[in-house]
Amino acid sequence: MRTIKTTDITRNIREMCMEANYTLSPDMKRRLEEAREQESGTLGLQILNQLSENMKIAEAEQIAICQDTGMAVVFIELGQEVYIEGGSLAEAIEEGIRQGYQDGFLRKSVVRDPILRENTGDNTPGVLHYEIVPGDQLKLTLAPKGFGSENMSRISMLKPADGIEGVKQAVIEAVSLAGPNACPPMVVGVGIGGTFEKCAFLAKKALTRNTDEPSNIPYVAELEAELLKRINQLGIGPGGLGGKTTALAVNIETYPTHIAGLPVAVNICCHVNRHVTRML
Amino acid sequence: MEKYITLPLTEEKIRDLQAGDYVYLTGTIYTARDAAHKRMTEAYEQGEGFPIDLTNQTIYYLGPTPAREGQVIGSAGPTTSSRMDKYTPLLLKNGLRGMIGKGKRSQEVMDAMAEEGAVYFAAVGGAGALLSKCIKKAEVVAYEDLGTEAIRRLEVENLPVITVIDCQKHNLYETAVEEFQRTESIRDY
Ligand code: SF4
Repeated sequence: MRTIKTTDITRNIREMCMEANYTLSPDMKRRLEEAREQESGTLGLQILNQLSENMKIAEAEQIAICQDTGMAVVFIELGQEVYIEGGSLAEAIEEGIRQGYQDGFLRKSVVRDPILRENTGDNTPGVLHYEIVPGDQLKLTLAPKGFGSENMSRISMLKPADGIEGVKQAVIEAVSLAGPNACPPMVVGVGIGGTFEKCAFLAKKALTRNTDEPSNIPYVAELEAELLKRINQLGIGPGGLGGKTTALAVNIETYPTHIAGLPVAVNICCHVNRHVTRML
Repeated sequence: MEKYITLPLTEEKIRDLQAGDYVYLTGTIYTARDAAHKRMTEAYEQGEGFPIDLTNQTIYYLGPTPAREGQVIGSAGPTTSSRMDKYTPLLLKNGLRGMIGKGKRSQEVMDAMAEEGAVYFAAVGGAGALLSKCIKKAEVVAYEDLGTEAIRRLEVENLPVITVIDCQKHNLYETAVEEFQRTESIRDY
């Protein structure tokens, strides 16, 4: 049994909110730079230059890369030998979000009720996903999600007969429809299999995976590469103004599914694909 | 083409702008996004009128992050414009000339733009830290209770935007992608 204090959890989440919103992970930065070297669209290149400059300013001055600092999605992997001391785990996380968004000059973008729409004023609640895992550690991944791209995400309940071609079509279609609305270049998270809600969860989780690490299932890794290539042939380009950089990466996660189904979720993220992981 | 425009926009300036023009805007603009659009429309329908005079004005679809001490504003990039489509024709009928956002617009908005003489610019989505540098003054002028969604008056200097839809319904989102596909496929042979 290992003890983790709720105050430590709050402090870490607070810092992670700021870190995620001021700086992107090294793989994301590198992909943007590579895109800049390869882009041949005139406006597209101009936009990539602005994005690169933007990231430098955000990091140097500790201001948000994008004004949509997102809804805080938190993946919690709690070791079953961990004892949480000092109150509720959920409340410790919410308090970290509250402090992070307040102290980090981040935008409060959450409304209490989807229909009544009154801003909660502190960006809580987040969306918390729990998983109980073996061990005595607590792994926290914070992924603030912007809604320009979230709004362009889709789920398709395909038939088994649709197969891999159906999956490809679903992904290409989602990206095409997202177009300029999702602030391309995008990162595309795909969940295949499971149930209706499981594939959506997988798609979201896929966005938090290092884009330098392809899937460890060979055919899925191939599918990731093929889809990225095909998406970048669409010509949508940076800002949707034409170019070869429509997506920076395609990450796919899979899960066993039912004999009658082939659920596919496409979670679109923009180039501001934010995620920070800490092990406590 | 690169153009430097001093606001407010006039009919003449708008006629001169073409989809594809890279434009630097200087002058006064207003911010408004979902909640402010809804409230402005309701106020109008109830006969109260708009909280700001829209004649020849430009609205930036923006909800900024809070400013750090000593800064004018926080991160300040565009939000997706299509969510404002439902409210936009009414604002255009009441004098609105320019809009800055990102993403596609509806046919109704494009029709109303052509009829009233208005232009739609895109700013680069996800470049809010960079764009904030062009904002020299920011002041809440209506709906303060909406927080980030309040209406702000901004003074901007050389704010970089791209003319996406001009008053003749040319739409860069369509033409730019087609154009790129054409030139790329030629290059592939
Ligand atoms: S889609 Fe991404 S880059 Fe665009 S406004 Fe939203 S968070 Fe920012």
